[in-house]
Amino acid sequence: MVKYIGKRLVYMFLTMFLIATATFFLMQTLPGSPIASYSKLNESQRAIVEKKYGIDKPKPVQYAIYMKNLAKGDLGTSFVFKGKSVNDLLSTRLKPSMVLGAQAMVFGTLIGILLGMLAALRQNTFWDYGSTFLAILGSSIPSFVFASLLQYWVASQWHLLPVGLWNDGWKSSILPSIALAMGPLAMAARFIRTEMIEVLSSDYITLAKAKGANGFEIAFKHAFRNALIPLITVLGPVTAGLVTGSLVIEQIFAIPGIGEQFVSSIMTNDHATIMGTTLLFSVFLIVVIFIVDILYGIIDPRIRLSGGKG
Amino acid sequence: MQLDKQQLPPEKFERVAIDNESAERITKPSLSFWQDAWLRLRKNKAAVVSIFVLLLLILMAFIGPHLNGHSGDHQEIRHANLPPKIPGIEKLGIFDGVGNMGGQKVDLYEMKKVDEYYWFGTDGLGRDLFTRLWEGTQISLFIAFVASIIDLVIGVAYGGISGYFGGRTDDIMQRIVEILIGIPTLIVVILMILIMDPGIMAIIIAISITGWIGMSRIVRAQILKYKSQEFVLASRTLGAGDGRIITKHLMPNILGIVIINTMFTIPGAIFFEAFLSFIGIGLQPPAASLGTLINDGYKVMEFQPYVLLFPSIVISVLMIAFNLIGDGLRDALDPKMKD
Repeated sequence: MVKYIGKRLVYMFLTMFLIATATFFLMQTLPGSPIASYSKLNESQRAIVEKKYGIDKPKPVQYAIYMKNLAKGDLGTSFVFKGKSVNDLLSTRLKPSMVLGAQAMVFGTLIGILLGMLAALRQNTFWDYGSTFLAILGSSIPSFVFASLLQYWVASQWHLLPVGLWNDGWKSSILPSIALAMGPLAMAARFIRTEMIEVLSSDYITLAKAKGANGFEIAFKHAFRNALIPLITVLGPVTAGLVTGSLVIEQIFAIPGIGEQFVSSIMTNDHATIMGTTLLFSVFLIVVIFIVDILYGIIDPRIRLSGGKG
Repeated sequence: MQLDKQQLPPEKFERVAIDNESAERITKPSLSFWQDAWLRLRKNKAAVVSIFVLLLLILMAFIGPHLNGHSGDHQEIRHANLPPKIPGIEKLGIFDGVGNMGGQKVDLYEMKKVDEYYWFGTDGLGRDLFTRLWEGTQISLFIAFVASIIDLVIGVAYGGISGYFGGRTDDIMQRIVEILIGIPTLIVVILMILIMDPGIMAIIIAISITGWIGMSRIVRAQILKYKSQEFVLASRTLGAGDGRIITKHLMPNILGIVIINTMFTIPGAIFFEAFLSFIGIGLQPPAASLGTLINDGYKVMEFQPYVLLFPSIVISVLMIAFNLIGDGLRDALDPKMKD
């Protein structure tokens, strides 16, 4: 176990180093300069600005400085929001994204589990087909299409909830959370259905039936708990999907989160912020996948985490 | 009770010997793996319907742009922002060219003195949305298919080489994959698209640059499973070379799983293209794809919801169809499910 964790940590650092390096050099090849918006500057003024942001030095030196700061957790200074550090910029935007992500995750997974259980317990009935259909819709319809339609009908036509922004307390988070939740919902529903059906046909369920346990007890006490464990494995892809979704959903609902910042930084060529956001997303996803793998090994002792190749 | 000897003649007590040859006879025609899979796929109603829907959409993507005589990039400012109007159906009170104008329902075709029909309406530049929709579908499908084929070729080659040759080759190739797989797809796609000139090629490259990893891992696992089996050993004993073993013995066995995986790569690619175009870093105007059309529609959603509606329906139906066919194929081709 310790050997496995150690090996994974080494790979995580390698991956992060690779991402940081690749991002840095890709940024240098980007068409358009981060100080293009300072077009009214003359030669000497431009030189001052370049010196201020440290982009007058040769590339390898810039790279070394960037990596050194990164090791200290400093993501640099934004080019667009003058003088503001990327750390400050992103930290103020962290909360809305986290709230949305957490709500979508909890809401989607819970409803998905219920739908999946319903489908498995009432196999080949209306409930099964209904929840399977919903799961297919959820995994097929792109989140931004679903979000646009929600925004049009619920917010703009029926005036039930705010159209966007983050100024109406919890109410403003409902629609974007629902739009984001469709992915986890679909994934959980399909997964739990398959697992439950498999578990329900196993010997210990037959034993539980034989000793006279009622349907409810069998479903929740015996089947559900065992079907739930493998659900942890899909948490990784689900989280990746949430991050992807947050980019467009935050854009659509004009939510001041990390995803919205990323997209607008791309539009304004704000290199430092693009790099910072990229690294933040990467660290987040890599850590989530790492935790998921470790958790899975702890919860289900049948899984042997091996140091070798698998 | 007395038995009537007349009713039970001695012949009835003779042994009936089964002919050895007929005992081994197979009464049903034997089915190949693919015939068997096809039989199972045909029973899956959702998959069959999806195949027809998908074929229809592909057909429309090719003939749709030529159906109504309007061209997709011809701008007719006088005809801008017209709602949908379809001959025949207009009499039912829907798609009759009536749209909102300052809060009132007005027949915009009458008002703007337009005699032609725009089946799905026009956009702000007076371009026919029906034609643009199918042109966009064509481009989206093209991107998805090409990206999936690239994923397939690289993934099968990489996974195949790594799994088949094993040893040091495998070690090095798998270490590379382990690092690459940690990088979130989304990040790679966006970074790649930023450094290339926007366009179809950029999107295809961005999608395939890490897309092959999933395929390569599946292929490697399968190759590892099959290459140590007896039929491969037998073939090698009889003098077959690596080339023959790979093409004749290993490939046919992993083909099923490769097809299933590709069926799930295609909708993934359609999604990523639309996603990139939606946030504005995908295809650039005047080119149309489902993503750019949805983006255009989203901007005017408040006033002309139909601009958003039609491409949204097409992309959703397309994704659902691909996913259902993929599910059906998985059930049909996966031998574990065989009863």
